[in-house]
Amino acid sequence: MNRLTVSVSPHIRSGNTTQKIMLDVIIALMPALIVSIILYGFRSLLLTAISVATCVLGELIFEKLLHREVTIMDLSAVVTGILVAFNVPVDMPIWMLVVGAIAAIILGKMIFGGLGCNFMNPALVGRIVMMFSFTTAMTTYRVPVGTVDALTSATPLAVMGNLDWSNFKDLVLGIHGGVIGETCCVALLAGGIYLIIKKVIKPIIPLCYIGALMLFTWILGGPQPILSVFAGGVFLGAFFMATDYVTSPITNWGKVIFGCFIGFITAVIRVFGNYTEGVTFAIILANILVPYINDLTRRKPVGAIVEKKGKKVKAND
Amino acid sequence: MKKSKWQIFTNGIFKENPVLILLLGCCSVLAISVTVQGALGMGAALTFVLVGSNVVISLLRKIIPDKVRIPCFIVVIATFVTLVEMITEAFLPDLYSSLGIFLALIVVNCIVLGRAEMFASKNSVGDSFLDGLGMGIGYTVVICAIAVVRELFASGTIYGLRIIPEGYQIGIIGQTPGGFLLFGVAMAVLIYALGKKGKKFDPRIGCDGSCGNCNLGCENRIQDIKKEEETEVEK
Repeated sequence: MNRLTVSVSPHIRSGNTTQKIMLDVIIALMPALIVSIILYGFRSLLLTAISVATCVLGELIFEKLLHREVTIMDLSAVVTGILVAFNVPVDMPIWMLVVGAIAAIILGKMIFGGLGCNFMNPALVGRIVMMFSFTTAMTTYRVPVGTVDALTSATPLAVMGNLDWSNFKDLVLGIHGGVIGETCCVALLAGGIYLIIKKVIKPIIPLCYIGALMLFTWILGGPQPILSVFAGGVFLGAFFMATDYVTSPITNWGKVIFGCFIGFITAVIRVFGNYTEGVTFAIILANILVPYINDLTRRKPVGAIVEKKGKKVKAND
Repeated sequence: MKKSKWQIFTNGIFKENPVLILLLGCCSVLAISVTVQGALGMGAALTFVLVGSNVVISLLRKIIPDKVRIPCFIVVIATFVTLVEMITEAFLPDLYSSLGIFLALIVVNCIVLGRAEMFASKNSVGDSFLDGLGMGIGYTVVICAIAVVRELFASGTIYGLRIIPEGYQIGIIGQTPGGFLLFGVAMAVLIYALGKKGKKFDPRIGCDGSCGNCNLGCENRIQDIKKEEETEVEK
């Protein structure tokens, strides 16, 4: 049997599907979830479950209502749900979290046409909605179980002057106040490394982001440039939010610019702004710039002739 | 095609709703629609100014020289706005303080000037009166509808009446982002409602078929230009 099979291109297919990539992201988020359960008790698991359920249901209902193809099986709504839950403090009332999750999935994603069409990270849309709506609830943090139970405290960032190498271990392990997913840098770093090894994300954005944050915090005169990277939502933002495929640049140089820009804005907000944490705003701001970054860093097509006066690049065919 | 009196009146409420279809006067809608009370006051004030200025400008349309028509319109509009401002300050001081600068800003509200330019300066007094009334009601309905939702979610009340208990408010709806959001939703709802079966409503902005001063470049206009060019070529 020696037959020639004629088929339409593409002939080389990658086994990667959205579902597989999203599954990898979920696996990468698991260490942080487990740590949050250890630190804050089972309420953090409950919050995550509710957030995920709301996101998936929201997407399902929206698509049913609009007679669109149901895409909940690509798991992207699950990732959004987990990330939304990671962005709230453990004592957040549940109805507030549901509002945030609905805002994330409907306003952040579905209204623009679903996965691939959103211009901002959906989870961050949810976070911003919750932050503007429920400021008090969003900034009342509990100190983890095992230290002093049920005591609210500011994040290390809010008392940034107090950042000190002596409590470096607590800072990195996440034994301090904060939203449930952001505190433990080690778990987040493990997840990030898993994603890099599985080639789900490239390390360019996280590295540029963290590097730029240190650099600009130092230049702008913020206290403890190196330690401040481990405080707040930098690791969660760097590995899981900023690297979102849809809302980050596709070119390598674009990723460098994108990462450095987020680092710069985060540093500016932290040093000069009213808010103690600037990761959310920085990433959203950079998300909006992505089309321009993509456009400016487009690679020259092979064999292209650059016109002398005009800066336009034309393909030679 | 001549419009009937009823059509002129309802035009402002639905098909050419000044806020949602013509997209005029959005600033005050976003700013004032936080409470129903303020929205009603603003709607009433704008309707009064709109009707008054439309009628006066229509009466004067043959006297006003074409070259200085805009300053003349502004003088008329400003007169009515000053009237409204003084009356509100004297009799409704609460409303006056809650509307603040936006009451005085009706002078430069695009709806008033837009209707003066697009309608009142070309049509009879009766028609202009109906147009002003329709547009004013259209504006009031939209701003009140948005205000009901915003007040309900942001403060848990409607016209000061508590509906949702304290502690269950979603603050962002009452802030600027919520205003923009609901504005977009209202626009989508109206365009969806105006669409006929299987056919989407086409918001051809305030088109009365006379393409004289229009630079929108819609299909009709492009076809007109093509026809003109063809006839010139034939000549």
